[in-house]
Amino acid sequence: MLTSLWQGKTLPVLVVCAIIAVFWYLGSIWLNADMQRMLFENNGQASYTTAELIEGTLTQEKPKLPTPGQILAELNKTVLETAPTSKRSLVYHGSVTISATLLGFLIGSMLGMGLAILVVHIKSLDRSLMPWVVASQTIPIIALAPMIVVIMNQFDVTGLIPKAVIAAYLSFFPVTVGMVKGLRSPDPLQLDLMQTYSASQWQTFLKLRVPASVPFLFASLKVGVAASLVGTVVAELTKSEDGGFGARLLGGSYYGQTIQIWAALFAAAACAWVLVSLVGVVDRVVTKAMGARP
Amino acid sequence: MKFHRPLVLLAGALAIFAAVSPLDFGIDGLAIGDHLWSRMLFSLLGIATLRDSQDTPQPANAAWNVPFATLLAAVEIVELAHSDGPRGWGFFCAVGAVWLCAWRSVDIIVARTPALGHRARFLRILAPLVFGATLLVLWETLTLSLGVPKVILPAPSAILLRLVTSIPTLAADFVQTVQGIAAGYVIGCGAGVLIAILIDRVPFLQRGLLPLGNLVSALPIVGIAPIMVMWFGFDWQSKAAVVVIMTFFPMLVNTVAGLSAAGHMELDLMKTYGASYRQTLLHLRLPAALPFIFNGLKINSTLALIGAIVAEFFGTPIVGMGFRINTEVGRMNIDMVWATIVVAGVAGSLFYALLAAMEKRATFWHASYRERA
Repeated sequence: MLTSLWQGKTLPVLVVCAIIAVFWYLGSIWLNADMQRMLFENNGQASYTTAELIEGTLTQEKPKLPTPGQILAELNKTVLETAPTSKRSLVYHGSVTISATLLGFLIGSMLGMGLAILVVHIKSLDRSLMPWVVASQTIPIIALAPMIVVIMNQFDVTGLIPKAVIAAYLSFFPVTVGMVKGLRSPDPLQLDLMQTYSASQWQTFLKLRVPASVPFLFASLKVGVAASLVGTVVAELTKSEDGGFGARLLGGSYYGQTIQIWAALFAAAACAWVLVSLVGVVDRVVTKAMGARP
Repeated sequence: MKFHRPLVLLAGALAIFAAVSPLDFGIDGLAIGDHLWSRMLFSLLGIATLRDSQDTPQPANAAWNVPFATLLAAVEIVELAHSDGPRGWGFFCAVGAVWLCAWRSVDIIVARTPALGHRARFLRILAPLVFGATLLVLWETLTLSLGVPKVILPAPSAILLRLVTSIPTLAADFVQTVQGIAAGYVIGCGAGVLIAILIDRVPFLQRGLLPLGNLVSALPIVGIAPIMVMWFGFDWQSKAAVVVIMTFFPMLVNTVAGLSAAGHMELDLMKTYGASYRQTLLHLRLPAALPFIFNGLKINSTLALIGAIVAEFFGTPIVGMGFRINTEVGRMNIDMVWATIVVAGVAGSLFYALLAAMEKRATFWHASYRERA
């Protein structure tokens, strides 16, 4: 029992998390100590014990580094105890971000798959367009986000759509590249076999290329959904009046509300994790339905 | 060929139409006398395209007629778009013809690309260049001739002009941002490799850190930017901190994977040589990990740019590429935004190309390069 725990992944991950937590608390004490000394001085409290100092550093209102406990308390307050319709609720902001992310991800991955299918079948597109799609991976296309938001605003396109557009183009490129790789993954022997069966191009596509592309597709969908979320959050920095995690980050940084920033970060990270795991679950279901054996 | 034939015929018809229809708005269509030079070029394009659409065998060098005529016509429509006044429908026929002919030109280039050799390499680069140039020509002609407002989409020429006239500003922004990126990239990637080597001897830590590292790679870490700005101030140090955090985990995960890439046979060989841990690491396992390390470096080159630019959205001294994008968007100077994006994009791809070249030299022995040779 003990050796299986030792050999597995759960225990090591927990130990590493514990180590991180310990360092985090030490970091909080170290980073917040100066501020706490100043607070004591301002209160006219000339002498204080180290224990008082440490306790003070862990309970500040605007600490330089809030403790994990403070962040969890804030999360508890804004997620569970505040009504989801309130603008102070992280559930509200999360739903704003998630809906734009999902809409954009859906559009972006559909377009990506469509383009990949075209690229695999039209040689001139492959030679002329594909190098640009690949090159786009090396440039920070996210820098376009503020401009797209503002320009779409001029056309009175507001709300979900501008953010979804940004999320879409961020997921579009990785999905295209992955899907093209996947559709090309059958080796010449298998393609030859299809030819000896006198399969049409359409049959080869459906029965050989598409199934072969599935693992590649899901790998890039995971990258794509994470990129979509980042895109939405960055878009919300420019378009902060609608709320969302990006707006929470920006608001927190204006008013020095560090706990609020960290809580938004943790919530965004949890959402990213859930989205990626959801894609992973669909991946497992699909590959199982296709007859893959674990 | 058969699939494209209707499109090629359409292109030829459009070009001939353009040659005999009004190119300026409001001028009688039969006043063929003006724009004589343009009309000649469009006729040339039409004739070349219509001949290309025939199935009769043609001399080998005739194949390049269409690309050449397209190039001339493309230059001509850009020039026409730059002259004053709204354009007539003949002009838009010409734009359509140029677009279709550029498409056909790419087909011709692809069909005539041999499998190997210098000519193949040249034509393989030419095809995407033709595609990019077509996009630029369409962007330029359509934004100018349709009168698209500058605050929505400036023409490429306007962006280029802005780029050239504001080189000092853009250079200052570039230097400011690159400072943060360079410091963060070196520290983050270096720390990733070092920690990977350190935990290499403790499999327990490896099993604990790898899943976390993989998880963190999917998280929106750029969100840490406001906190780093609070800790390290507005200057480049805070951007470097964001870049360090963003680049550390991909590097760690890749290096750990790379360190286990050396085969059992080679490891056994090192053992029979009586090599120490250090010798095995330096002479076998690190070289074997290089493809993975380069993969991490490549992923990180984009992440570093993203991290620094987004971090600048949260606060900088009044210089830096992210700051420039954010403020010029607010002031509706969209051409300046595009100019900054061009600088960022070119810098990003150049650095990536540099990494790829280094990788090719350092890992020439790897299967992915051997196959191609």
